[in-house]
Amino acid sequence: MQFLKLILRNTLRHKLRTGLTLLGLVIAVLSFGLLQTVVDAWYAGADAASPNRLVTRNSISLVFPMPLHYRDKIRAVDGVQSVAAANWFGGIYQDPKKFFPQFAIDAVPYLAMYPEYRVPEDELRAFLRDRKGAIVGRKLSQSYGFQVGDVLPLTGAIYPGNWSFTVRAIYDGAEAKTDTAQMFFHWDYLNETMKVRIPRRADQVGVFVVRIADAARSAAVSQAIDALFRNSSAETLTETEKAFQLGFVAMTEAIVVGIRIVSFVVIFIILAVMANTMAMTARERLSEYATLKALGFSPAYVAALILGESLAIALLGGGLGIACTFPVAAWFGTQTGAILPVLEVGPLTLAMQLASAFVVGAAAAVLPGRRAARVRIVDGLRAIG
Amino acid sequence: MTPIPLAYSLRNLWTRKLTTTLTAGGMALVVYVFAAVLMLDAGLRRALVSTGQADNIVVTRRAAASEVQSGVERTAAALIETQPEIAVAPGGARAASKECVVLIAQPKRVTGAVSNVTVRGLSESGFALRPQVRLTAGRMFRPGSAEVATGRSIAERFEGTGLGERLRFGGRDWVVVGTFDAGGSGFDSEIWGDVDQMMQSFRRNAYSSVVARLADPGRFDELKQRLEADPRLTVEVKRERRFYEEQSELLSNFIRILGLTLSVIFSIGAMIGAMITMYAAVANRTGEIGALRALGFQRRAILAAFLAEAMLLATLGWALGLALASLMQLVRISTMNWQSFAELAFSFTLTPRIVLQSLLFALIMGLAGGVLPALRAARLRIVDALRAA
Amino acid sequence: MSAPLIRVRGVSKSYRRGGQIVPVLHDLSFDVARGDFVGLMGPSGSGKSTLLNLVAGIDKPDAGEILVDGVDITRLSETELADWRAAAVGFVFQFYNLIPVLTAFENVELPLTLTALSRRERHAHVEAALGMVGLADRVEHYPAELSGGQQQRVAIARALVTDPKLIVADEPTGDLDRQSAADVLTLIDRLNVELGKTVLMVTHDRRAADFAHAIMYLDKGELSAAEDIHERSVHGRH
Repeated sequence: MQFLKLILRNTLRHKLRTGLTLLGLVIAVLSFGLLQTVVDAWYAGADAASPNRLVTRNSISLVFPMPLHYRDKIRAVDGVQSVAAANWFGGIYQDPKKFFPQFAIDAVPYLAMYPEYRVPEDELRAFLRDRKGAIVGRKLSQSYGFQVGDVLPLTGAIYPGNWSFTVRAIYDGAEAKTDTAQMFFHWDYLNETMKVRIPRRADQVGVFVVRIADAARSAAVSQAIDALFRNSSAETLTETEKAFQLGFVAMTEAIVVGIRIVSFVVIFIILAVMANTMAMTARERLSEYATLKALGFSPAYVAALILGESLAIALLGGGLGIACTFPVAAWFGTQTGAILPVLEVGPLTLAMQLASAFVVGAAAAVLPGRRAARVRIVDGLRAIG
Repeated sequence: MTPIPLAYSLRNLWTRKLTTTLTAGGMALVVYVFAAVLMLDAGLRRALVSTGQADNIVVTRRAAASEVQSGVERTAAALIETQPEIAVAPGGARAASKECVVLIAQPKRVTGAVSNVTVRGLSESGFALRPQVRLTAGRMFRPGSAEVATGRSIAERFEGTGLGERLRFGGRDWVVVGTFDAGGSGFDSEIWGDVDQMMQSFRRNAYSSVVARLADPGRFDELKQRLEADPRLTVEVKRERRFYEEQSELLSNFIRILGLTLSVIFSIGAMIGAMITMYAAVANRTGEIGALRALGFQRRAILAAFLAEAMLLATLGWALGLALASLMQLVRISTMNWQSFAELAFSFTLTPRIVLQSLLFALIMGLAGGVLPALRAARLRIVDALRAA
Repeated sequence: MSAPLIRVRGVSKSYRRGGQIVPVLHDLSFDVARGDFVGLMGPSGSGKSTLLNLVAGIDKPDAGEILVDGVDITRLSETELADWRAAAVGFVFQFYNLIPVLTAFENVELPLTLTALSRRERHAHVEAALGMVGLADRVEHYPAELSGGQQQRVAIARALVTDPKLIVADEPTGDLDRQSAADVLTLIDRLNVELGKTVLMVTHDRRAADFAHAIMYLDKGELSAAEDIHERSVHGRH
């Protein structure tokens, strides 16, 4: 009990120094947590993937389309329950900075295969009735103020020209990690319009999303689909939705790796700061430690005092940093909008934050603790002028 | 005002080696991150901007973000080629190349991970437009054949792209007959072949772009106005350098903003470290401060001495951090360029500007961390300082 | 008789301690003649160090005036006071207050950097000062490498190197053993006798007091007695 009292009183001795160290710890643990959360968000698409969904795309590259008539052929494959065409629209809303994903979809089958997008019955019906209708996610609605009934104008980039849609429904995600920063409209409307504007680009599909009955058979079904189109003008590559999403991440892998590395750098910075603080503190109190040893306390006790103080500060700072991570991540999510639609602080991140704080506290106390434990009583008691 | 000798500040740092090392070490890490981010951005820009020649232009469809998303009809391409501003090579051929740019998905050598690679079909005049490209092995592809040449970055890192290897795309087999070095520019990450062969294989009716050299670079504006106003065409004309600069903007901005934000946040941590160190220094040297004031040194001299100490710490941190960062020049990065969807390889580039910027950054950190403690030292009353000693 | 070097008139000083005002000096007036060696004695808390600080220009009185060599230092701004101190006063403290990271030589040179002397001139002065205190062979040592007595002698060299008129010493032997204390006091006495410097010394050591010409006793902020040992100095030691 006396031990704990000593530790507590010691941390309060140098309020400014302890306060600054705490501040540094909070910033470090917070930054670390935020960066890890951003990296996790990168993988959010893959995490939200369903094992029962496959994605079929042109084998050369996602940028190339497939003919519309593939749809029926895919549907006929054994194991396939339904098929929906989806094209990345890539239009501009007001200006390129206001980015959000827009997809032209076969609405009925597509929405059926994404039960995690919850649409109110009446709004869904309104959307299905209006060929120029659009569904937007809750996060989009909050960011840009889209309400049911609003007109949503887009300038096409991939599909040139001006396009105008009417928001008929707003969908919510079934879970926190569901992406609600997307906009959907009817594939048929896209196609009809292209038939008029640029006929040679009509009847072309970006990807087919395929729902299968049995997730265990995903490899077999994927191969069966691809076999259908081998040696054609547009060969396909079918993979699980998760593999498809991970493919995107792999392309920017270098950046993701870079961010992970940098997030650990900040821990090293705070380790240097903490080690310095404890080293200075221990050096200044050398005569006290010598006194304690003269009184009969063991070297281990003295070292434990330093370790205890270091851990107390580190864990307090770490705890505060962890607490701050949630509101800051939430705020950051509102700033990044649709680029990182799901910004959730995961349990692994929290564990790493706590572990980092602990390691910093322990490591910072090693050298000073050893020195204090080893100080010769006579050296320590000599007056330092 | 007579300053306190600099030796005072320097030697105090030297006396407390552990503290000096730890504090400067923290700052070094921040400078490292700061410099590395700027170096990454500089490397990215260099890769892309050096891709462009000063007197070349690129014509794409209007509002196309990259060549891959662009389409220029055959008739339009023919029209562009015959514009008077386009240079004429000796022999009468126009210095214009109709090009077809597509992306293919290729697995990487070591990891097997698949990434998009740019395939560019060029006309014969295409080589002359890129003087920075030199053949390093084998030979260039023959027009009209299923041969390709690959850029250095691709040949090293992707399966099937080395000299003598075979690639399959567009429903055909292609053989790699040569590799080239494009001086660190974007072309290092491309596979080149004959444009007509590419058009056929990918069932294209329109080219992606027309790249041409101007006889007189000053006449760019005239050409641009004329072509962009022509109702038969829906094209955009840009100088090649500007074209590639725009390609990197999104990625470059992201790297810069993310990197600088992180650096600033990290620098707060390092500043706190400096502040703690300097506060301790002031507290431990109160007696000396009193003595110096008693001897006749002004408050400002005390302030300057402690600020100098903080900034010397920062300079030490800068030197260490920069040394670490310059090691990064050995690392090559490749990532997908978000605007062109294609693989782009580049490296960390250290420029004199970055050296100076990071020094400034470090000094500001030192100043910000040291100012409050230095003020406290300067504000001490002589009698209090002497009594507390 | 020349005018007194130090002229204190009606000086009062109090301190604020935790919300309360504690009076330390009350309406003090006295003179110190040029070339005098005055000891300031009194019980702990009597204000002797405070008085010394005021005369040396490192603190300001609440009321009264202090003239040193004709200059009313209570009227000087802080900047002017610093410049004045550099030229007019030499300090000797109980705990030496040398700069640990500077050598003995550099410590003694420090006050000279506040003057316009050239490097060669400064070095000449330093060597002379260190020679006077008998430490010519220790110039490159750092304070940590010197004994207490040696450190105090370096401090004395520092105090005299700018050739000030006034030397103030606050318990200069408080931290020294008997022999070193005797050496230091002899040295201070030589500054007074050989170099004609006026010395004001706070001490509670009776032996130290023996070196002084006159003793002023302070008690509760007031001068209670001024023992003039002038006679002793005339008959005793010259």
